[in-house]
Amino acid sequence: MKYLLAALAVSMTASAASAQSCPSWQSGDLTLTNAWSRATIGPARPAVFYVEIANAGSVDDSLTAISTPLAEMPMLHETVVTDGVATMPHVSDIPVPAGSTVSLAPGGFHGMLMGLTAALAEGESFPMTLIFERSGEVTIDVGIAAYAARGPACQPDDS
Amino acid sequence: MPTRRQLILGAAAVVATAAGTLALGAWRSRRNPPQTDASPLPLALNEMDWRLTSQRGVPVGPGDWIGRPALVFFGFTWCPDVCPTTLINISDWLEELGEDAEALTIALITVDPERDSPEVLADYVSLFDARITGLTGTPDEIARTAAAFRVRYEKMPREDGDYTMNHTAGVFLFRPDGRFAGIIDFHEDPAFAIPKIRRILT
Repeated sequence: MKYLLAALAVSMTASAASAQSCPSWQSGDLTLTNAWSRATIGPARPAVFYVEIANAGSVDDSLTAISTPLAEMPMLHETVVTDGVATMPHVSDIPVPAGSTVSLAPGGFHGMLMGLTAALAEGESFPMTLIFERSGEVTIDVGIAAYAARGPACQPDDS
Repeated sequence: MPTRRQLILGAAAVVATAAGTLALGAWRSRRNPPQTDASPLPLALNEMDWRLTSQRGVPVGPGDWIGRPALVFFGFTWCPDVCPTTLINISDWLEELGEDAEALTIALITVDPERDSPEVLADYVSLFDARITGLTGTPDEIARTAAAFRVRYEKMPREDGDYTMNHTAGVFLFRPDGRFAGIIDFHEDPAFAIPKIRRILT
């Protein structure tokens, strides 16, 4: 419901300042925040998943897989542009080095959710389990922003 | 002039390096322009010869764009990351340009004509900005158009039988007289995009 309210407050030109701040989740030394996705036109198109992962510890970790009941085939991808051609190779893992923050964000690393069991509707949310090499599994709630959203419908935590 | 086979293998090698997963059999040579020269730059619009259909069912050719500055890019509506990001960037630029943006022709040409019908494109582009025209055509027409823009694209089959597309991701700029004026690269600093667009507006 909070996502619904947040999404309503955000238009294309977005004043995200009026939205609630994005929730965050802790798992050991990891903090996950700014989790979001975009609404899809029907269930046939793949959906996307973005999140920010901060590692406050002194040991490197890595995101090795994602899983959600909403998609039969969720995968980690990276958008790579080589000689002007964009490709979206599957990545086996996304490093989260000690003391650093890694963003799954438009144009870079992202989760690609294929085989959707339902269309993603703006304002709703879905659970996503992230599997880390060291920190194990963390399940978070991913808010669904508009089709043409630039970022989460919630107020990103920039700290 | 490289042979067609050299071009295909060369392009496939680039993609294989990037994706690390490409089998040569996945390369759909029939979808490629039959011949392109070594130049990566698009032709001038008045040197192009193609005909596509807009999301409103209207035939569109390169001659229709002469007289106005144009932003043209290639993509597909099943694309989860690159295409929405490009469309959102363009929406941002249009907003920043304000009234000046009214002079622009803005077109998304699909590289996935099998799925992107005019109706599908209409639903899609309307989510971003009504000023964006979506164009589709037969696979041959799309191949001919991509060749004129020196755009590369390739179908990437997935394990589940579905597929995605690799494609040239920049935004092409054309002056009102049809001359090619530059590219806004996908990962380019947005600060450089507006000055580039302003140059074709004057």
